[in-house]
Amino acid sequence: MGRTIAEKILAAHTEMEDFKEGDIIKVDIDLALANDITAPIAIQAFRSKGFDKVQDPSRVVFVLDHFTPNKDIESAQQCKLVREFAREYGIEGLFEGGEAGIEHALLPEIGLVVPGDLVIGADSHTCTYGALGAFSTGVGSTDFAAALVTAQAWLRVPESMKFIFKGELQEWVGGKDLILYLIGDIGVDGALYKVLEIEGPAISSLDMSNRLTMTNMAIEAGAKTGIIAPDDVSEFYVTQRSSRSYKLFRSDPDAHYVSIREYDCSNIEPQVAFPHLPENTRGISEVGDILLDQVFIGSCTNGRIEDLRLAAHIMKGQKVSKGLRCIIIPATPGVYMEAMREGLLEIFIEAGAVIGPPTCGPCLGGHMGILADGEKALSTTNRNFVGRMGHPGSEVYLANPAVAAASAITGRISSPEEVVS
Amino acid sequence: MKFKGSAFTFGDDIDTDAIIPARYLNTWEPSELAKHCMEDADPTFISRISPGDIIVAGKNFGCGSSREHAPIAIKASGISCVIASSFARIFYRNSFNMGLTIFELDEALKKIDEGDTLEVDASSGKIRNITRGEVYSSRPIPDFMQELVKDGGLLEHIKKRGSI
Ligand code: SF4
Repeated sequence: MGRTIAEKILAAHTEMEDFKEGDIIKVDIDLALANDITAPIAIQAFRSKGFDKVQDPSRVVFVLDHFTPNKDIESAQQCKLVREFAREYGIEGLFEGGEAGIEHALLPEIGLVVPGDLVIGADSHTCTYGALGAFSTGVGSTDFAAALVTAQAWLRVPESMKFIFKGELQEWVGGKDLILYLIGDIGVDGALYKVLEIEGPAISSLDMSNRLTMTNMAIEAGAKTGIIAPDDVSEFYVTQRSSRSYKLFRSDPDAHYVSIREYDCSNIEPQVAFPHLPENTRGISEVGDILLDQVFIGSCTNGRIEDLRLAAHIMKGQKVSKGLRCIIIPATPGVYMEAMREGLLEIFIEAGAVIGPPTCGPCLGGHMGILADGEKALSTTNRNFVGRMGHPGSEVYLANPAVAAASAITGRISSPEEVVS
Repeated sequence: MKFKGSAFTFGDDIDTDAIIPARYLNTWEPSELAKHCMEDADPTFISRISPGDIIVAGKNFGCGSSREHAPIAIKASGISCVIASSFARIFYRNSFNMGLTIFELDEALKKIDEGDTLEVDASSGKIRNITRGEVYSSRPIPDFMQELVKDGGLLEHIKKRGSI
């Protein structure tokens, strides 16, 4: 029987020849990633177990993005520990200060991941890089520590589910809406342990930014990763950024899928996920009247330049609703610079938004935009669990950047059509 | 190994933000994390449990972030093991990697009520509900994972065998 793209990438990274779905295999990894929250536990474990060698420092990346610029003494200590470890073991891939951006926006942008790679990251949204035709998955700190020692990981060979998106996208609909729609359909554990393989004519016409948004949220359906087979769009994106050699894998026509679903995009309007699960999705026309205290535009899901352009298009010449805080955070220094060059930051500031430096910040209720009891926020991020962005009594709604920008202007969850004629 | 304790039940899709909210992730001290274990799901939880007690939950326990702080907080709180209908995958691997014992039991919440006294045999995966006088079998654990548990977690396993 044929193999899926996921199985082919795994096969290229393991010595085991005849593995099947459900088997546990040992794989060589191309890149291991950790951040300021997950790396300290790994480093602590590495040291306390008496290890003293990093197998391949060139395959290790640390991005200090969650609680940075350091929000308190504890966070500063965590970053210091990572920095010292990186120095001691000659790990050059340390991104902090003005080089730091949100890891999953940063790594593709600066060409650290290429098609065919096998990446593990001590962060659940490591699944993002599947948009490049890589196999990438989130693991824990102990897995990362093991990768430091061995440059390997253990993985259970996952089954794959196929999702085919057909038809024309409606106006104001992007990758965020397609993936929210999918999660609304199959639920937050609809793809538990499995791979979401995403394809179809509507996907071929998406740019990389929108594709990265989709695979970013594969974990929100419980998936091991989301993956989009590489094409001209992804190859162009990668060759602009990386000089590393890459491999283009595709699924065989007779590969095995546990399920195949088809969606007609012409039926999908902008989506909003209601508290407190990403699966609680509704079309924008069914949202009703929901007043907001805060709008956040940013994160590894929707903090790229394309997202900010969309938001600026809607906010240009408009004012943020009185009493609402609109916080906008470019995901990486590169996005920040480009937004400045294009005059987007000016549009945002004139509208009355707050601009923050690249950081995860409010996405995980870390800093720079925490919600109080009873407050409601609309956010372009990926999770709306209880307490995710602050007080356990606050509520988070998820949507695309166009809906977020429009809602910042009107003060309630709104379709972009209400603001842009 | 045998665990015995009272069941504390939770519903479906208990996420890592409920197990240990991100606002406490500026530390990795197990005892600090334990103080906030399950706080956003049940703020009284930590004051009500005794060493050995058992968390019982529905499907997709531990969904969300990859934070190992979640199993660390549970383990450090004195909870002996977690029984759920299913686990989110990163939580599942984290638990085996760092040595929190977990069991998958179909329809766990139908078989076990809050406050039931349970006795769990880790090696056979048999769960005895003493309150109801019933015995259930949890789903078998793959050989490799059993090996991890036996070796004392992933890093000890690597030390012992020289590789994964
Ligand atoms: S932006 Fe949010 S989801 Fe993305 S890595 Fe940071 S905390 Fe995680």
